[in-house]
Amino acid sequence: MSRLWPRSGVSEMQKPIPTREAFGEVLAELGKEFTELVVVDCDISKGTRTVYFAKAYPERYINFGIAEQNAMCAAAGLALEGKLPLISTYAVFASMRAVEQIRTFICYDNLNVKIAVSHGGMNPSTDGVTHQASEDLGMLTTIPNLTVVAPADYYATRVLTRAALAWQGPVYLRFSKDPVPLVYTADDTFAIGKGKVLRDGSDVTLISNGDMLPVAVEAADMLAAQGVSVQLIDMHTVKPLDRELVLAAAQKTRRIVTIEDHQIHGGLGGAVAELLGEERPTPMRRIGLRDTFAESGPFNALLKKYHMDADAIVLAARELLGK
Amino acid sequence: MHNTVSPPTADAALIERLEAQARVIRRDIIKMTYTAQAGHPGGSLSSADILTALYFHVLRLDPKNPDWPQRDRFILSKGHGCPTLYACLARRGFYPLDQLYTLRQLGSMLQGHPHKGSPPGVETTSGSLGNGFAIAMGRALALKMNTSTSRVYVLLGDGECDEGIVWEAAMAAAKYNLDNLTAIVDRNRLQNDGNADEIMPLDPLDEKWRAFRWHVITIDGHDMCAILTALDAAKATKGQPTVIIANTIKGKGVSFMENNADWHGRAPTQAEYEQALAEIGGE
Repeated sequence: MSRLWPRSGVSEMQKPIPTREAFGEVLAELGKEFTELVVVDCDISKGTRTVYFAKAYPERYINFGIAEQNAMCAAAGLALEGKLPLISTYAVFASMRAVEQIRTFICYDNLNVKIAVSHGGMNPSTDGVTHQASEDLGMLTTIPNLTVVAPADYYATRVLTRAALAWQGPVYLRFSKDPVPLVYTADDTFAIGKGKVLRDGSDVTLISNGDMLPVAVEAADMLAAQGVSVQLIDMHTVKPLDRELVLAAAQKTRRIVTIEDHQIHGGLGGAVAELLGEERPTPMRRIGLRDTFAESGPFNALLKKYHMDADAIVLAARELLGK
Repeated sequence: MHNTVSPPTADAALIERLEAQARVIRRDIIKMTYTAQAGHPGGSLSSADILTALYFHVLRLDPKNPDWPQRDRFILSKGHGCPTLYACLARRGFYPLDQLYTLRQLGSMLQGHPHKGSPPGVETTSGSLGNGFAIAMGRALALKMNTSTSRVYVLLGDGECDEGIVWEAAMAAAKYNLDNLTAIVDRNRLQNDGNADEIMPLDPLDEKWRAFRWHVITIDGHDMCAILTALDAAKATKGQPTVIIANTIKGKGVSFMENNADWHGRAPTQAEYEQALAEIGGE
């Protein structure tokens, strides 16, 4: 059993599921509700799981081959003609190879294009650095008009994918390649721009998202066992950041640890630090890659090597607590 | 020889009207870049005849309703040539003429490179090269999906064809048989740093497009009759997109700007401004 696994005695139904799988599944279902939805692909529909939509709605599925910049502009063109294009590729290609197309031709005109990516963070762990995206949030959160969302698990992905389609304006949705343990149930609700408090506590706040949320859950369990009262927040929307929730947490626990599958710069930790630096300076630790590239390897081993596992989170929290 | 169009006898009055209109547009370009003391007169002048033909005869438009769904779409992928586009839109009544001379000023609708809807009639943000063409392809595809009869026209610079995205989009347009898409390449053979043939040779440009499964027409881009004939032929072509390679002269109409890359991105002095207007004539 995975060391990441936050619960014991899980049933078959609670097996870890890649969020890309949840995304592909719900996208095919949403084709009926969103009649203008058109899916734009770049030859990795099997990887992003848009293949399910392609089978359900072949007339609303466009594959431009391995040409992400063209696909991004074509999505802009489709939006200009009233379609609801969702372009799907890997995070590293969307956010870096086609970042200018996102910025100038989608976000500048505030076009209703959804950019849904798999392989966010180090999660395509054995693929290595060329296919990992540890800088994408930094690239994208500086772009005006863009909403940036990193759902944690299967259930969060299902709800937030629908929310992104219903949202007016460009949205970047970041999913994981590898299976992620379930944190939520089918009854959980989510709203873009609103963080979700999973546990309340008074000593320290852990703020995480995406595939790191289960790791944060594990760390919260370990801290609780040591008698620390932990507040745990899923900040699935990195932009616009839920300012009120972050400020309230800083006021309440006075100690913040951010945990993300990204560089510590430019992503969730950066956004929280920027806000608190201006509004309520608060002792913080940021868990993430520290100005280094990762490498190929099992996800758990990468987390350990780069000081991003539950032990590292516990250590950071205890430093803030002076213990 | 492949599909080189020889100008047939056309409506002489129409040609005369469009040629006179093109002189007005050229005067506007000179006035705008002189007033702004910035902009790109060379590539604006080379495309003046093509845009005049489109805006004053070919395009299905309603200036009072710029978002009319049945309109034809024109996209200036070589966005630095926007003085020509802004002049055509003002002269067609999309927005007041007196706004023309606010080009590049703070608060102006006329941005240094086109921004969608600003002024009304600008279909797409453009200027970062190659991207406008890919957007045009996406729009043509959407119009096909919507079974619209509207057509999409897109103007590229020849230097712009250095961009890889141009060929990505060209492949896609052929894949989806976008016969509602017409590309026009303003082949003035000069780009920012000088002679296009030296900076990045494109020849045989017609064979490149043909290899990408486009219908190719080559014309003299300053021959109004040839421009109209080629646009007609593009419209009549079914099952594949058409590209018109328009051989042009950068700075056309102003002797000291013609075939001189220095005029890619510099504004005229007062003396140059006066001489340019005198040479263009038409006042």
